[in-house]
Amino acid sequence: MTVLLTLTVLALIAIAIWQITKIFELSQTPKVNTQVADDDDNQLNGKLMFAFLIFIYALTLFSFWKWGDVLLPDASSEHGADYDNLMWISFAIIFFVQTITQALLHYFAYKYRGEKGKKAYFYADNDRLEAVWTIIPVIVLAGLILYGLYTWTNIMSVEEDEDSLVIELYAQQFNWKARYSGDDGVLGDANVRFLQDFDGKNQVGIDATDPNGFDDVVVQELHLPVGREVVFKMRSQDVLHSAYMPHFRAQMNCVPGMITEFAFVPVTTTSDMRQNPDVVAKVKKINKIRVENSKALVANGEEALEPYAFDYLLLCNKICGASHYNMQMKIIVETPEEFEKWIANQQTFAQVIQ
Amino acid sequence: MSTAAQLHEEDHGHHHKETFVTKYIFSQDHKMISKQYLITGIFMGIIGIAMSLLFRLQLAWPEQPMGVMQVLLGKWAPDGIMDPNVYLALVTIHGTIMVFFVLTAGLSGTFSNLLIPLQIGARDMASGLLNMISYWMFFLSSVIMVCSLFVEAGPAAAGWTIYPPLSALPQAQPGSGLGMTLWLVSMAIFIASSLLGSLNYIVTVINLRTKGMTMTRLPLTIWAFFVTAIIGVVSFPVLLSAALLLIMDRSFGTSFFLSDIFIQGEVLHYQGGSPVLYEHLFWFLGHPEVYIVLLPALGITSEVIATNARKPIFGYRAMVASILAIAFLSTIVWGHHMFISGMNPFLGSVFTFTTLLIAIPSAVKAFNYITTLWKGNLQLNPAMLFSIGLVSTFISGGLTGIILGDSTLDINVHDTYFVVAHFHLVMGISALYGFFAGVYHWFPKMFGTMMNKNLGYVHFWVTAVCAYGVFLPMHFIGMAGLPRRYYTNTAFPYFDDLANINVVITIFALIAGAAQLVFLYNFIHSMFYGKPAEQNPWKSNTLEWTAPVEHMHGNWPGEIPHVHRWAYDYSKPGHEEDFVPQNIPLKEAEEELQH
Repeated sequence: MTVLLTLTVLALIAIAIWQITKIFELSQTPKVNTQVADDDDNQLNGKLMFAFLIFIYALTLFSFWKWGDVLLPDASSEHGADYDNLMWISFAIIFFVQTITQALLHYFAYKYRGEKGKKAYFYADNDRLEAVWTIIPVIVLAGLILYGLYTWTNIMSVEEDEDSLVIELYAQQFNWKARYSGDDGVLGDANVRFLQDFDGKNQVGIDATDPNGFDDVVVQELHLPVGREVVFKMRSQDVLHSAYMPHFRAQMNCVPGMITEFAFVPVTTTSDMRQNPDVVAKVKKINKIRVENSKALVANGEEALEPYAFDYLLLCNKICGASHYNMQMKIIVETPEEFEKWIANQQTFAQVIQ
Repeated sequence: MSTAAQLHEEDHGHHHKETFVTKYIFSQDHKMISKQYLITGIFMGIIGIAMSLLFRLQLAWPEQPMGVMQVLLGKWAPDGIMDPNVYLALVTIHGTIMVFFVLTAGLSGTFSNLLIPLQIGARDMASGLLNMISYWMFFLSSVIMVCSLFVEAGPAAAGWTIYPPLSALPQAQPGSGLGMTLWLVSMAIFIASSLLGSLNYIVTVINLRTKGMTMTRLPLTIWAFFVTAIIGVVSFPVLLSAALLLIMDRSFGTSFFLSDIFIQGEVLHYQGGSPVLYEHLFWFLGHPEVYIVLLPALGITSEVIATNARKPIFGYRAMVASILAIAFLSTIVWGHHMFISGMNPFLGSVFTFTTLLIAIPSAVKAFNYITTLWKGNLQLNPAMLFSIGLVSTFISGGLTGIILGDSTLDINVHDTYFVVAHFHLVMGISALYGFFAGVYHWFPKMFGTMMNKNLGYVHFWVTAVCAYGVFLPMHFIGMAGLPRRYYTNTAFPYFDDLANINVVITIFALIAGAAQLVFLYNFIHSMFYGKPAEQNPWKSNTLEWTAPVEHMHGNWPGEIPHVHRWAYDYSKPGHEEDFVPQNIPLKEAEEELQH
């Protein structure tokens, strides 16, 4: 069926292209027997250039109208607001420049379309003009660079203090684990060499000779207390992975053989985020799509898709093999009380290896 | 063997006999080599584009069995559903083929070879033999790359950047076995080929310019090819060393890039290496590579826009300066691919700074192109349309670079579809447009016949609409946080609302693919049945159009033309015609522009 459909579509496209060619041919005075553009070509293509400008604008506006809601989900980390600010400023500049330059380019292409007998204006240089459009980008970019570097330094300078929660993110083909440092606040040493100790119960390779490791807690679901700085120490046991947490504007590669770091302060709990009007709307939209998709599945005797509820996500964002597309972990941001209760219920490393 | 001097001799003496083999296969003539590059490049392009259509189908309809998959992929698409490893292989080989085989060899190889001798007024390249060897090494590497598609476990699948450990360990994915070995061998040969070619271009431009062809009278095409060759010579060897070290790690147990690895229940012996080192080495070429791809396209565009606007290129000096500035900066920005690789954040600051600086020469170029159109008498030939299209996508794609080059903003869009959209527009589509512009413009020079302009118009307009149709919506799914290189997005219900955008993108991609068939038909048909070309069909100033239509060894019968002016005396006041070729002496009291 799909084959047939594809073939039909391709055939239709072929016919469409053939027809357009015909239009071009018919729009031509037949006597000129050359493949160089003549006045008719210039007329037609000049006008098409103008139409193309409108097309670019229309497509942009249409995309924003139709898909604008998927852009940058609401930020849920402290630095997220700064990030978004910088993003929207950059976007505003991009839009401004894009609108103007595309207009000039395509308008000129339309306005100055060639005509027999016309002569172009010999205009080879203008130092002042060129200085202007060198200096303006310099100023704009200098501003962006300074603002960008200021934000970057703020985000990337990880300052661990007593209050920070240290969590190890551990990546492997194709899942994530998280290790909490336990009561002592210090992660025990670890290395892949220890992975096979204790009949494979040592899931992230904690060094059993390091006393700091015994109270460490290894889990499959990431719980974060709201309002407290979380310092992530990232490891990978096999290939490169990347810990990508889009809602928190956070990402860092996990590199075998070294420990990488990223820190942020989550500011909105999962349950609060589920009340966020944008998120409510998104979930509603997604569930509508899922109900729609389920119909076909049920008709085929398969199970319907489960309804979707919002959760923060940790995704792998560095190609890592066959199941790269499904390497994920749920993140739950909760109140400090809920967090303490949850962590108290988890097994420490000492308990696991007993 | 065929140095310019000897050719010169030959020309006055007698032509030596050419057999079929020396004329069409092991030719040392730059025009024939250029055609060989072009046709090999187009062939590889067909493979690369077909692959992209296959994975676009997969992304739009991920769980749908498709007959076309079964036909093309066989056992790799059981029941017509593509295997995830095959998906990764397709994106990997698509990237490799398009970046290296089509847009480096196909673009630079074709037009540098064709135009450098013809536009500077030389009988041939400095070394015809090296030139021939360069092509045949490229051919060999293409053959190996294509062969790797037929390996039992599949071709390389670690992404075109082949980051280790994924690319180093056959245990990590099936493509990292024999497929990756062939990839590395193919690329090593490719790099050698590219180096031989580049050295030849550099030497030719420096030494074999005709009388009067000073550096400041060089057409911008030649400036672009010349600087591109220099970038290649500076950066390609670094990729070669990365590839060699990776081969050592893979086959001889060294630990340059590997350390502390546990895979498939086994601790491996590697100690002390770092994948980040590989990333540095790779991107030290990888980023200049973008400009190796783009600069020739911009050079072609400069030439085509000036010729068809019937106006001098605006700001020749600034154009040359920006090419040089881009070339210099391109070698010190590679770290912007690695902001979140785990390297020191301070290094990230430095690379943000250098990266955003590139926007300045790029802006100058864009504005100068636009000003060149102003008050022109635009001849909207297909080549001209593609050149204007290039400026458009160069701006659209370049602007989002301001976001990606900013280390802060990169955090959240790194490796998402936002990046895919950005680089496809700014280097993929732009360079392809430059390639097409070059083919339409110099087809008469290469084959002595004209391409059909109407088919050219259809080709351009369908492609132009689809290019934006594909890549503009792609920015949106990227900003939504959708990672690239995902076999399907169905594992995340969170992304369900992006599925329809993916369908739109795929439909545009399919139509764009179909439009390339129009080009292919036009290309092949015109080669054999095209209208015979005049000597200077576009009324252009550069020297290649003073050479006879019929190809001959040594390019010009009799003496090589001398050059008396720059290449852009279009519509110059005081001249009857709206063009004054470079070989026409200045009139009395005519001032040559100070540039």
